[in-house]
Amino acid sequence: MKNGYIGKILRVDLKTGSIKTEPLNQKSASDYVGARGLGTKYFCDECDPKVDPLSPENKLIIMTGPLTGTAATSSGRYNAVAKSPLTGTIGAANSGGHFGPELKYAGYDGIIFENASEKPVYLYINDSQVELRDASHLWGKDVYETTDLLNEECGETFRIACVSAAAEEGNLFAGIMNDKHRAAGRGGIGTVMGSKKLKAIAVKGTGSVEVARPQPFFHECISAREKLAAHPVTGAGLSAYGTMILVNIVNGVGGLPVNNGSAGSLFDTADSISGEELAAKHLLKNKGCFGCSIGCGRVAEIKEGAFKSRGEGPEYEAGWSFGADCGIDDLGAVCNANFLCNQYGIDPITMGATIACAMELYEKGYLPEEDIGFPLRFGDAAAMVKACELTCKMEGFGKILGLGSYRMAEKYGHPELSMSVKKQEMPAYDGRAIQGIGLEYATSNRGGCHVRGYMISPEVLGIPMQMDPLVTKDKPATLKLFQDLTALCDATGICLFTTFGIGLPEIAGMYREAVGSDESDAEILLKGERIWNLEKRFNIAAGVEKDTLPPRLLREKLPNGPAEGQVNELHTMLAEYYAARGWDAEGVPTEAKMQELGMASDRL
Amino acid sequence: MKQLTIKPEKCIGCRTCELVCSFGHFEKFNPKMANVTVFEYDAEAVAVPVMCLQCEEPSCLSVCPVKAISRDEHGAVVINYNKCIGCRMCLNACPLGNITYHPEARRVFKCDLCGGDPKCAKYCPGHAIVFEDTDTLPDKRKLVGERYRDVLVKEA
Repeated sequence: MKNGYIGKILRVDLKTGSIKTEPLNQKSASDYVGARGLGTKYFCDECDPKVDPLSPENKLIIMTGPLTGTAATSSGRYNAVAKSPLTGTIGAANSGGHFGPELKYAGYDGIIFENASEKPVYLYINDSQVELRDASHLWGKDVYETTDLLNEECGETFRIACVSAAAEEGNLFAGIMNDKHRAAGRGGIGTVMGSKKLKAIAVKGTGSVEVARPQPFFHECISAREKLAAHPVTGAGLSAYGTMILVNIVNGVGGLPVNNGSAGSLFDTADSISGEELAAKHLLKNKGCFGCSIGCGRVAEIKEGAFKSRGEGPEYEAGWSFGADCGIDDLGAVCNANFLCNQYGIDPITMGATIACAMELYEKGYLPEEDIGFPLRFGDAAAMVKACELTCKMEGFGKILGLGSYRMAEKYGHPELSMSVKKQEMPAYDGRAIQGIGLEYATSNRGGCHVRGYMISPEVLGIPMQMDPLVTKDKPATLKLFQDLTALCDATGICLFTTFGIGLPEIAGMYREAVGSDESDAEILLKGERIWNLEKRFNIAAGVEKDTLPPRLLREKLPNGPAEGQVNELHTMLAEYYAARGWDAEGVPTEAKMQELGMASDRL
Repeated sequence: MKQLTIKPEKCIGCRTCELVCSFGHFEKFNPKMANVTVFEYDAEAVAVPVMCLQCEEPSCLSVCPVKAISRDEHGAVVINYNKCIGCRMCLNACPLGNITYHPEARRVFKCDLCGGDPKCAKYCPGHAIVFEDTDTLPDKRKLVGERYRDVLVKEA
């Protein structure tokens, strides 16, 4: 097709081994764009919201967007969609690298996996040759081993997405890893893949992606790229220091949670775990995903000592989770833990935050040392890395940590010490010091998450306008807009990081020329709002708990820093947010809103 | 005369060059229809973009039975599709693998320096591919000079 889409979906029944191609549902594609949106639409059309996430009836959908694999900036993204075993919400995880574009070049917009296989298998895709192949020899292998073995077996030009042993053994926050180092990381999407005995997808394609209006499209892409190159964040900061450039910036507003948030959010030695420090001491190379002009990826190496290791990252969130959140300022240990998470395919945000929660449980005497097997105190770098490694391998206490912080803390009688929303750990910004991000965590459709709106952009970085992080005024309406825009951005198949430098006009511009639409910016943004409402309706139908924050953020005042004395004022923002969304007082999308979005006749 | 030079140490492996090349020649996004390919070596943390070097004595030009290959005013070795019979002898003759055949294109193709304004260089975000005048390119040699200077100053 000449509209950014390939026009074909692969449907794979893992139980019967049946593999079929079917035409892309063009109506759904037009309404929900692609990737996160379209994947979710297919999922909601086909799956019962009450489905047990780890049962064969949960489907796993891999979906690209219309801009994936084109010259649109940072166009290497795909989304994996399933019901999340960690949160019970709709789970959509987004990843870059080269896998997503390769799937399109092979001739498919996406893959729908149904049921579960009895034996370990992997899906081999070489253009139109698609086969389920035995993966017994790969079962139990880590991400690097699996990728290398599949590249030997299929050919070195194949792009591999796979899960590791942690996913196979039921770690609830395992991701799907592609191109070795890129992760569809959050919510246990890899755990779903592991539960289906689907070890990997190997893909190679020789076909093309074509757009509706080639020259105007290319012009839009180049113009967006020029804006990114000229922007201080996307053209300089992220490229030079990676996402870890945020450590000192967020600490500067007193928003970097320390010791599971129990010691406030001002980390005295933040600079020692910063992007600047990483670049000065451990950086081997900057790396970009497919088609990306930002290049925030890092290849880093800890050359000597107890934490000798090498890999990609860490990202800011992992820098915090293994760093400040565990009271650790040893960048070597932080890198080591992060690299382990990549190798074993688990989410480093949830991992670090779960270890931090275990440290607090241990220090408060709620978690006995004999259960862990060793002392696990804040600031103990070696113990942190050990706990991480045990979880990666699902050995010993790692099996408990592998449940995530909420289920672990609940087991020990103190779920309030889990810094999670809907059982998913909040990332590296304190909702007490930065009010809008607190509202974002509470209302995120996949539990504690920063990339479902990214309020840090206005509240801390001043992009596109500066908002005072401590005030609540105007935050609900701004968040609604950001949530819709990030949903749209994810759905097109480009990276959310582009939105530091470009916004709706540029994304809508590329989308229009790619698909050949004449819709206005507002009409295109409405697709993002539609995605958000669909996700919300799924969660309500699934019976997900109400929007709130951990009691710490609502009641424990920050003890220090620029936000001293603050809690998150969720109660003043939430009603206003629901009103801005056109939902009722309980946060349920109204009939009128469904009419407005053209969703009234949908199954959900 | 300008030519394409590569700086692998600056290549971030994003393959933007492959995208803009295939688009420039075919109005399609397809790395397999690009005249440039980025090779990434994970273990060594190195990425290298590779494209036609526009040889002084091109085997493709010599081997072409219908003289469809010539050098243009920008120094690019180019294929004249009015003469090309699609025999692919050039593809076999190129010792560096820089001539490609693709079923969607239904013809052989190679880097033609985009008529003097190569898009791979123009849009490379890391400036790892540069279209520059190589007769006045003492950059690397200059580094050697500076190395002597530094050592001599230190030891003096």
